[in-house]
Amino acid sequence: MIETRNISKSFGDNHVLKNISVQFEKGKTNLIIGKSGSGKTVLMKCLVGLHEVDEGSVLFDNRNFSGMSFNERKAIRKEIGMLFQGGALFDSLTVEENVMFPLTMYTDQTMEEKKERVNFCLDWVNLEKANDLYPAELSGGMIKRVAIARAISMNPSYLFCDEPNSGLDPHTAGVIDELIKRLTEEFQMTTVVNTHDMNSVIKIGDKVSFIYKGELWWEGDKSQILHTDNQELNDFVFDTELTKRLKKI
Amino acid sequence: MITRFGKYILIMMRVFRKPDKFKVFRNQLIIEINNLGIDSLGIVAIISVFMGAVVSIQTAYNIDSPLIPLTMVGFTTRQSVILEFSPTIISLILAGKVGSRIASEIGTMRVTEQIDALEIMGINPANYLIFPKISAAVLFNPVIIILSMGFGLTGGWLVSVFTGLFTTQDYIDGLRGWFDGFTIIYALIKTVVFAFLITSISGVEGYSVKGGAIDVGEASTRAVVWSSIMIILFNLILTQLLLS
Ligand SMILES: Nc1ncnc2c1ncn2[C@@H]1O[C@H](COP(=O)(O)OP(=O)(O)O)[C@@H](O)[C@H]1O
Ligand SMILES: [Mg+2]
Repeated sequence: MIETRNISKSFGDNHVLKNISVQFEKGKTNLIIGKSGSGKTVLMKCLVGLHEVDEGSVLFDNRNFSGMSFNERKAIRKEIGMLFQGGALFDSLTVEENVMFPLTMYTDQTMEEKKERVNFCLDWVNLEKANDLYPAELSGGMIKRVAIARAISMNPSYLFCDEPNSGLDPHTAGVIDELIKRLTEEFQMTTVVNTHDMNSVIKIGDKVSFIYKGELWWEGDKSQILHTDNQELNDFVFDTELTKRLKKI
Repeated sequence: MITRFGKYILIMMRVFRKPDKFKVFRNQLIIEINNLGIDSLGIVAIISVFMGAVVSIQTAYNIDSPLIPLTMVGFTTRQSVILEFSPTIISLILAGKVGSRIASEIGTMRVTEQIDALEIMGINPANYLIFPKISAAVLFNPVIIILSMGFGLTGGWLVSVFTGLFTTQDYIDGLRGWFDGFTIIYALIKTVVFAFLITSISGVEGYSVKGGAIDVGEASTRAVVWSSIMIILFNLILTQLLLS
């Protein structure tokens, strides 16, 4: 379980996160939803320590991550996999080398063992025969899948995904969502996913936290979200013309 | 200016750490020696030959008194090439070529979150990305500059072959005359300092990019401008320190 206790974060006068306390549970896909610019990415980067919180603390299974030094954090970082919005694959490395990278840095496995692990991960994301391609040669959906394979190569306990299906067509987006959910359940990871896509919410939202103007506005799951009387959440959920009409029916 | 220097120092403190894994560092070092060093040899050779040739033509044309021996051409070419043209001018050229490359490579990694990805994996990105580049340049630029001296002096000699303004014998006598080995040491000290300036300044510019593609372009320009300014400044300081 990952937990934040009263965390706040500002950039100058811009108070992006205000006093957020939230829990993300093991074996579940925990979604953070909210409009673009509401602070989802900043929250996620605070969780993993890419931003330092101004106040409050972040705990990974009761280990206080916020109070740790760079070297102490290293141990927890090895248990973290993260999928970035644009994939963040290393341009100069092939698909195989990208997925192998954490193994090379942190294990003493032989080339064969590493290759076996890489192929296992690429298999999981349904990417075969792409080992020798470079990121520039991949489609958007493939980039996301390689990035997922890299994120899970060290068999992490915590998986973070920032807008995993942004820039993808609805079908591919659905495939990626499904993949994240299956991985989470199979390997009992604590998964946190940022999204503004209602399709993902309905499909994989075991636990949903709605961020509104930097505050935690609502919490619940995918079945509760359609029947809430919270005004701001309703505005977010039923934002498109189609959903507004459906709501009236 | 002060904040820029502060930022430079802070990032440098993260650069000079023990690499996470030595084998990985060694591979990176070889790649960087290839990218930053070997790749620059072509342009360095061309520029050096022409520089040496121009210095020797200039000197030859300007000797119009019969009291000045033609061996002066070789002597002047040697002194100019070793003391300034190779270490300083070639380093300025490398500031343009290597500096912009480093800043845009690292800057692009910053804006596409590749640096965040390294950090998440528990890797120290400043060390992982910048340290091999600094090491490669500090180790390999002296080789480049020595070669450049060779090319420069060859360029000077070619003038005698093509123009007959002076003889090969004059030129070689000039090259050999009044030689002080310390000039080479002096040139190499400058080279190493300049190599450090170029790679560290450009690395920091790339590393601290915020924003998108336009910001990467700006960082790459700033890297070249600041490296060049610092080379000129340190050239003055080192010359004063080492030759006085
Ligand atoms: N590194 C940063 N420096 C300053 N402001 C930032 C930074 N990152 C994000 N912000 C600001 O924080 C707010 C929330 O951004 P973000 O978390 O990216 O939103 P989103 O919910 O779309 O992911 C925005 O107003 C953005 O301008
Ligand atoms: Mg975002």
